[in-house]
Amino acid sequence: MFDDFFIRALVAGLGVAFVTGPLGCFVVWRRLSYFGDTLAHSALLGVTIAYSLEFNIALSVFIVSSLIALILVQLQNRTNLPGDALLGLLAHSSLAVGLVVIGFLTFIRFDVMGLLFGDILAVTVDDLYIIWIGGALILLILRLIWKGLFASTVNYELAEAEGLNPDRAKAIFTILMAAIIAISIKMVGLLLITGMLIIPAAMARNISDSPQKMIIYSIIGGLLSVIIGLFSSLEFNTPSGPSIIAAALFLFVISLFKIKQMIKLKN
Amino acid sequence: MSSNNNVLVKMNNAGYRHNDKWLVQGVSLTVERGKIVTLIGPNGSGKSTTAKIALGILKKIDGHVEKYTNKIGYVPQKISVDWTLPLRVYDFMILTENLDEKTIDEALSLTGVIHLKDKSLGNLSGGEFQRVLLARAISKKPELLVLDEPVQGVDFTGEIALYELIKKISDELNCGILLISHDLHTVMSATDHVVCLNGHVCCSGTPIDVAKNTEYKALFGEQASQILTRYEHKHDHVHTIEGEIKKN
Repeated sequence: MFDDFFIRALVAGLGVAFVTGPLGCFVVWRRLSYFGDTLAHSALLGVTIAYSLEFNIALSVFIVSSLIALILVQLQNRTNLPGDALLGLLAHSSLAVGLVVIGFLTFIRFDVMGLLFGDILAVTVDDLYIIWIGGALILLILRLIWKGLFASTVNYELAEAEGLNPDRAKAIFTILMAAIIAISIKMVGLLLITGMLIIPAAMARNISDSPQKMIIYSIIGGLLSVIIGLFSSLEFNTPSGPSIIAAALFLFVISLFKIKQMIKLKN
Repeated sequence: MSSNNNVLVKMNNAGYRHNDKWLVQGVSLTVERGKIVTLIGPNGSGKSTTAKIALGILKKIDGHVEKYTNKIGYVPQKISVDWTLPLRVYDFMILTENLDEKTIDEALSLTGVIHLKDKSLGNLSGGEFQRVLLARAISKKPELLVLDEPVQGVDFTGEIALYELIKKISDELNCGILLISHDLHTVMSATDHVVCLNGHVCCSGTPIDVAKNTEYKALFGEQASQILTRYEHKHDHVHTIEGEIKKN
């Protein structure tokens, strides 16, 4: 069944969508879109290291992204620079260093476009294992830290005062972010991965009135984006990653119209 | 640690410094089961900071704090909830602990906001939100309640009712309460122990002791002192006091 490249792409994309749905909600709630971007940019460095040392790509990206997150925390504690400046600094410098390293690796044929925008059609059966097992682990851990993470997202002091250990939840969540980027980089690419996190969640926000509903709609939105995106990519011969994100945008726009209609009905 | 197992929080010479400025220092106080300890003091005197030290929200503190319970209900003074979150009153009630519907309904009824249960938190008025905050804190049946100006923005009759409720909860649950309040009437009628802060503890003791203290008079003025002495005068007529609170 997994012999067909298109089926593999579909199974990989759906697996990623299950995980980006709930994580994306937290990215929107906690205003972490630039943080996600920074981790994703640093993933290029992870990929180049993986190539040069002949190491597993997902693992390498995971390690480098986690390191970048750690460096960010250190910089925040040691400088007076605002958070967005630090994020920009890390995002672009890690991207630049990654591209410079590629320049040195002349002996390896590199598909830079595939790295930046994803090459879901090159997904192997091994990648499927990484996505589904890694994804299941991420969701399991998210379930375990849910109470503390969610409570501190609403209000840090309440969570801390009532014994939910929000700092630990935040640290674990950061690792989960690095993990989802590592397992989904091949699918949508490092420039578009934050879109996969944010756009379905943003769409879900427009049509939900409770956190649980938002997470469910966000997952459904992600799954639909993958299905619509991949089939239209096959139909119109467009690149798969951008097609998926474009489909997510399409769903977001529809959710806006629904809101407008509801307001009209109320008036 | 403590031989007295009624003690819920014990602060010993605690203080907190931010950017080389002391927000509060040298605070020693104990909150026990069934007792209400009230912090009073002017703006910026370190009341909220003291509460946050007691709760363990502030970490790098001076001195010592021992917490002997983890069942805590907290009503912060300021709460900024981010409305990128779709959150109903119901979701907020189960924020830190899962509760059954009956417990949630009871708590919301006690503070008079049961009709708001399915409303979005972002659409509540200041007073309504304050009632929800209080309901959430008491619904978990905590051993320690920390209430930082719990009735701010609540209408006048509601304010009195909520203070009565707080007193009732303290008796019923036998929980300790650390209260921050500007309402000196309430402080004096319901409190077991008053700590008057002004960057440090300027005086503490029973409400009557504090009222007589000269530092307290200097801080709050002669009038505030008279409020207290009036209470002292009427303390032998408990029912009259309750009647008067309601009349006010």
